[in-house]
Amino acid sequence: MNSLWSVTLATLAKDIRLEWRSKDALNSMLFFSLLVVVIFSFSFDPLAEESRRIAGGLIWVAILFAAVVALNQTWARELRNQVLDAYRVSPAPANALFLAKALGNFIFVSVLEALMAPLFIVFYNLRAVGPAWQLIPIALLGTWALVVNGTFFAAMSIRTRSREIMLPLLLFPVSIPAVIGMVAGTTAILTGDDPAHFWIILLLTYDVVFTTACLALFETVLQAE
Amino acid sequence: MSIPAITVTNVIKQFGRFAALRGVNAELYGGKFYAILGDNGAGKTTLLRALAGLAHPTQGTISILGMTPQTACCEIGYMAHPSLLYDEMSGMENLRYFARLYGIADDERCAQVVRSVGLDPELARPVGQYSQGMRQRMSLARAILHDPKILLLDEPFSNVDVHSAGEMVGLLRAMRDSGKTLFVVTHQAALLQGVADEFIWMQAGQIVSRTLDLPADFTGPVAR
Repeated sequence: MNSLWSVTLATLAKDIRLEWRSKDALNSMLFFSLLVVVIFSFSFDPLAEESRRIAGGLIWVAILFAAVVALNQTWARELRNQVLDAYRVSPAPANALFLAKALGNFIFVSVLEALMAPLFIVFYNLRAVGPAWQLIPIALLGTWALVVNGTFFAAMSIRTRSREIMLPLLLFPVSIPAVIGMVAGTTAILTGDDPAHFWIILLLTYDVVFTTACLALFETVLQAE
Repeated sequence: MSIPAITVTNVIKQFGRFAALRGVNAELYGGKFYAILGDNGAGKTTLLRALAGLAHPTQGTISILGMTPQTACCEIGYMAHPSLLYDEMSGMENLRYFARLYGIADDERCAQVVRSVGLDPELARPVGQYSQGMRQRMSLARAILHDPKILLLDEPFSNVDVHSAGEMVGLLRAMRDSGKTLFVVTHQAALLQGVADEFIWMQAGQIVSRTLDLPADFTGPVAR
């Protein structure tokens, strides 16, 4: 019997190959975040201290909105030619599809963050006062929090007529605790005022809870008519 | 009499207030070629999707080889009206991916299936650039990749020229002769004259008749 991981890896490899060929998600995410960075940098002229206080919010809001663009496209290519039906009639586990999609989105959003981070540092003249290495767990856990729920809600909204609107409507309220954790954690590290441990633990807990819930419910979403 | 491969018992399928299937009953036997005919909206595709496990009956039961459609999925090959293929990938890339869903890691099996439908496994062109006939063949290749006992095909000859359609009919006949059960929804019934073992006629969500031949006055495209 085909295992969860072999199907997950095959689906992930297929998604990366399709994205590499089309660059639909990456291009739109990059363009959107670039616009946010440039427009904000022209709109405000903050001092270094002010930059450290607002940059956490700016970075994560830009990434959140850009991720929605990619998340909306996650399932779009499965709807073309009704390819999703080919998956549904196969014995492959539903969760393998979900994990592959979530991991794919995680990779795409992480690539975006890696490309955008230097730009944020340059445009906002950022330098972390606190332990900068803690930005890594915050970025990883925060990104996973966004994509795991985003992938799930994007799957829920694929059969609705106005899915581009439905996704943010469903995703943003559920993501509030994670966004607070990401922004507060990043600000704590950049300003060095408070330790970020609490926010890292909050994000870790959020990820475990929502990943479990999404995995438990995804088969119902996939088989819904 | 042998045990039916597919038993459909009083299946009703409603979409909101509209009933697409209204109490369908049928027994279909293994190794036979069934052609499902009827006007648009007769319920042919809904019945096919119900057999494939993609549409859950509102009422009634479907048994496939003694199992539910979902548990019998390894024994079912499903070809829909759309291609169910990724346009951006080549035929072999598509088949390699779908093979993994069925636990098939053998590349040679994919190549063999592509050759069996009359296509070249070396063709690197993405499926999006295939002609409609090639796309239908590749779609059939995807459906038979895991060597299912039952094939559910929805409009396999649509938008295909008469010559290609005739070749596809030959392929399907060979599959029936090898012991597979075929369930083909089509508007081009005459293509299957002399090939299908039974013609099942649907109207308004019900099976209204089952005949061994097409009526003598039936007109439509014929395979050569």
